[in-house]
Amino acid sequence: MIRHTVGRLVSTVFVAVVLALFALPMLWLAAAPFDASPTITTSVPEFTLANFAAILDNPYALGSIGNSLIQGGGAAVLVVVLAALAAYALSRVSVPGRDVLLYLLLLLSSVVTGTAAMVPIFELATRLNLIDTHLGVILVVSGGLLPAAIFILKDFMDETPTSYEESARVFGASPLQILRHITVPLVRPGLATIGVWALASVWGGFLFQFILLRDPEKSPGSVILYTLYTEGGAPKLDLISTFSLLYSLPVVAMYLFVSQRYGFRFHGGIKR
Amino acid sequence: MITDAAGLGRARATAFVLPALVLIAVFLVFPALWTIYLGLTDYRLTGLQAANPQVVGLDNYTSALGDPRFLSSLWLTVAYVGGSAVIGQAGLGFALAWVLRTRRGTVRRLVEGVVLLSWILPSTVVGFLWFALLDRDGGTLNALLGTPGFAWLLDHPLLSIIVFNTWRGTAFSMMLYSAALENVPPSHLETARLAGANVFQQLRDVVFPLIRRHVLTNLLLISLWTFNDFTPFVLTGGGPEGRSEILPIYVYNIALRGGELGLGAAVSFLILLINLVFALAYLRLLRGRRRQEATAAAGGPPA
Repeated sequence: MIRHTVGRLVSTVFVAVVLALFALPMLWLAAAPFDASPTITTSVPEFTLANFAAILDNPYALGSIGNSLIQGGGAAVLVVVLAALAAYALSRVSVPGRDVLLYLLLLLSSVVTGTAAMVPIFELATRLNLIDTHLGVILVVSGGLLPAAIFILKDFMDETPTSYEESARVFGASPLQILRHITVPLVRPGLATIGVWALASVWGGFLFQFILLRDPEKSPGSVILYTLYTEGGAPKLDLISTFSLLYSLPVVAMYLFVSQRYGFRFHGGIKR
Repeated sequence: MITDAAGLGRARATAFVLPALVLIAVFLVFPALWTIYLGLTDYRLTGLQAANPQVVGLDNYTSALGDPRFLSSLWLTVAYVGGSAVIGQAGLGFALAWVLRTRRGTVRRLVEGVVLLSWILPSTVVGFLWFALLDRDGGTLNALLGTPGFAWLLDHPLLSIIVFNTWRGTAFSMMLYSAALENVPPSHLETARLAGANVFQQLRDVVFPLIRRHVLTNLLLISLWTFNDFTPFVLTGGGPEGRSEILPIYVYNIALRGGELGLGAAVSFLILLINLVFALAYLRLLRGRRRQEATAAAGGPPA
């Protein structure tokens, strides 16, 4: 009993420390946007909403959030649909060399999406006329996200029992119907997780958006954030903090929505 | 274990996989092959070699491997992956999953919420947040600790980016492990506890054998992601004096700042090879596990 109490105490202290550690960096985001003269120091703000009015005056700020929505949403939908189809087929049908192929793609994706392939990606996009288009960004980032998405989703699908599919098949359901009405509902938390993960990575992504888009009218918020400097090169902290907050809200809202509606978890299959 | 439960058949299965594969082939594999080719040339950002690069064979590789900056960068990367991915993200993520497993309600939601928030906030925003936290003159951390003027990013650059990446990525491991822990039957733990096993023994003898697959998947993914992570650049830019110049930043510095695209591509290929070693080791561990399972299943009804 004493051991139990001590254990409980230790775990409570641990939880409190972790909570403080993770919340600390976010305090600035909560305080600075409402401060009349924000500095780098977190302090109780001299309350004002003027910063929000100022950011709305910026010609690209609001539009850039719309651009992020198009690019992030487009990539998330593309990644979830294509990865679900591929993961399902790979999980259910034995293809020689399947695992090796998946690992190789996963490796490539984690290496290539970095700075390494910037030049080829740029040349490729130029030749395919994808520079300055939302589609270009969506296709390039999706190519990078798909291997990990397939990898994780296949794990989910492997864990779902096949008996439901077998009985559905006995009753004459087609493979697409089975996927849609049986497998997708079973792995829905996994799909939701992959969707949020894909959107969040594109939302915060900078490098490819910066290379592929010249026109500030099409740039997403993550790129526009780096234009909020004075002519002398000093960051405009009032605008940066305010825009950071505005730019973070949609992903947070999406996460809350998805976790309420579908559950935000890494497991598939029937609850045991 | 491989059955064709939904009656897909080879042809339909191919049709399901094909769209993803085409996209990956065009926007991932093709640029990768191009990078490998560039690594064999003296391609530069500017100058004569920009217009007309010559194939120089393995020169880039010999000069990279002989460069002390590359070797020190490699060790920094190993320390960064070990510290922030294996110990930081996986360790803290598992500890959180383990501690929160028995809790319900506000505490659990609050902790999970804050940890997940640090994961889903846009990277560009996160960069500014950590600047505000670690800034030498007005940083929140110095104000809290009463150490004004302490330059965290200059004096402890590697430690700073390790803590930063742990903060950033723990959510993934936490979620994966809490999902895995749900598959551990409470009765097994109860039995172990009644038999007098302490927490460490419970973890070693009951929990880890059951979630080994998840542990391996998790370690592989986060090691790969961390190994190729460029985000620390926004905090330290690889400095001071290269003391936080992990490999992706090294590639950026030689390829784009220094303009030596060929050399950068060669180093990228070396990074790919190192990652391949990681993945093969993982695959081997997983295979070993499968074989054990198969032997166990042959003796009795499948679990």
